[in-house]
Amino acid sequence: MKKIIRNIVLILATLIFILYAQNNFDSYTLSILNNIAVFAILALSYNLINGVAGQFSLEPNGFVAIGAYFTAILLIPADTKIDMFALVDPAPIILKMHAQFLPAIIIGGIAASLVALLLSFPVFRVRGDYLAIVTLGFGFIIRIFAINNPAYTNGAMGLNDIPSNANFIWIGTIALITFIVMIHIINSKFGRAMKSVRDDEDAATAMGINTFKMKTYAFMTSAFFEGVGGGLLASMLTTITPDQFSFLLTFQLLIIIVLGGLGSMSGTLIATILVMGGMEWLRFLDENIILFGKDFGAHPGMRMVVFSILLIIMMLFARRGLLGDKEIFDYFKRKS
Amino acid sequence: MNLDIFLQQLVNGASLGSMYALIAIGYTMVYGVLRLINFAHGDIMMVGAFLTFFAMQSGIPFEAALIIGIAGAAIIGILTDKIAYKPLREAPKISLLITAIGISFFLENLFTVLFGSTPKAFKAPEYLTKIFHLGNIYLPISVIIIPTVTLLILAIVLWILYKTKYGMAIRALAFDIQTVKLMGIDADKIIMIVFIIGSSLAAIGGVFYAVSYPSIDPLMGIIVGLKAFAAAVLGGIGSVGGAVVGGFILGFTEIFVVAMFPELGGYKDAFAFFFLILVLLFKPTGIMGQDLERGRF
Repeated sequence: MKKIIRNIVLILATLIFILYAQNNFDSYTLSILNNIAVFAILALSYNLINGVAGQFSLEPNGFVAIGAYFTAILLIPADTKIDMFALVDPAPIILKMHAQFLPAIIIGGIAASLVALLLSFPVFRVRGDYLAIVTLGFGFIIRIFAINNPAYTNGAMGLNDIPSNANFIWIGTIALITFIVMIHIINSKFGRAMKSVRDDEDAATAMGINTFKMKTYAFMTSAFFEGVGGGLLASMLTTITPDQFSFLLTFQLLIIIVLGGLGSMSGTLIATILVMGGMEWLRFLDENIILFGKDFGAHPGMRMVVFSILLIIMMLFARRGLLGDKEIFDYFKRKS
Repeated sequence: MNLDIFLQQLVNGASLGSMYALIAIGYTMVYGVLRLINFAHGDIMMVGAFLTFFAMQSGIPFEAALIIGIAGAAIIGILTDKIAYKPLREAPKISLLITAIGISFFLENLFTVLFGSTPKAFKAPEYLTKIFHLGNIYLPISVIIIPTVTLLILAIVLWILYKTKYGMAIRALAFDIQTVKLMGIDADKIIMIVFIIGSSLAAIGGVFYAVSYPSIDPLMGIIVGLKAFAAAVLGGIGSVGGAVVGGFILGFTEIFVVAMFPELGGYKDAFAFFFLILVLLFKPTGIMGQDLERGRF
């Protein structure tokens, strides 16, 4: 009972904060908050397949791209599309597709989820690391498709003038919903089954768990939220290009979930704030570096060098991340 | 397609396949001993090509520069193993994969920061790029030299694996690392040798790549590495012969599909991926592999 009251209070407090922030914060702060909330959605769902189900995959950029493109195509009005598609005329189906904001992002999520279902058949037939490389390849393929089908995606030029329906109320609330759903999954029958697949697949099979099914559930759920996050991202940025969905995106999410602790959702939330804040703070590394009065010029990519070293060091010395695979509430529980 | 063009494409396919094969051998050998997809392998190839490029720029002749590139790549390979993989031998597989990605991303971005992301023109020596003609076929000499050298290297690798004591230790390691240690073999030393062989071959593959598409850039290792891995899986991961067969199949397919259906040219980087999916669906052990859980050479 106490726990339910605590949860309701926490949820209400978050909602009030979201409303307050949207109406009172300046646009720079709001853009940072939006960024954090979108990455929280992506990282939370990524942690479900990587941390909770233990299936190491590298696909978020692919699913985010699918969600973003579906949402963008559904949101942009038909006459804007005709003006925008410069290389070839848009395919008739592209012109017909139209939806309101909420259905659009949900359709984006469902599309990503269906692709995840298709991918799960080849990759979960073999164990472990194949998933990693196939999903890595998948991220590249999505980009190749986006570039080579200009009638659907406007090719390398991407889509712009996407209606910016996604304000902090939408993004923040969906991030909150994602968090609640993830926590519920972890504490449900499915979550326990997923964890057993992660910890000992043979034992899980022996206990009668259909491991293929569990991995596929985790993969599809994760893909759904990544697609939704992609839709929010598209509407937030109002313009998308295939190059935005490179491996860099996946790499950022990987750092977040490793720092937070694989399998810990509250850890992921904290890590999202730290990493996104850190990215913003370390921006100076990519700009002109002036040392001892000498200008060393700009070095784009320097931040990523720092972050990859951070990732390696974390794996070598602090493999459990901030919270391990526990939730923050578990640390406040009275020891009995 | 007439016979001339067919033969021309056949030679091109063999040349491209050789590069995939050389890189795939490294994937397959490391997977054999560590059960790890070495994500950094494609980037080690890139390092080899870059070091060769810089050595040549400083006036060193191509042959010597190639050796510098190979040595550099081998050292990076050893360092990768010692720093990122060795401390995690007993850790869960997922940790190893994450450090491997970290190394891969580190190398890509470090080279971007140091040398910029614009492709650099790679000037191969003239005797490699000279065009000769047989009847109506016009080809650079490199497309003949590359497959020949590759087959020679394959013979050397197979000789090491099957005729030397170290090769025997490598094959033993692929079966059971614990037992091998109990037999008094220094497992870490053998793993180091595997990394030296794999990284050297990757560097050679990288230089061949640079000679054929005369430009290099810090991200060249990603897509080539991915394709080479697909080749290794296609041939049967863990099998060196399989890696070479897989590499050649992939090379021929890529060249011939693009030659016959030019409109598919934009998708040529996607073929390897479809191969990978098909193999995993219908024959996860690949053409020459036997049991994924017990890799063999």
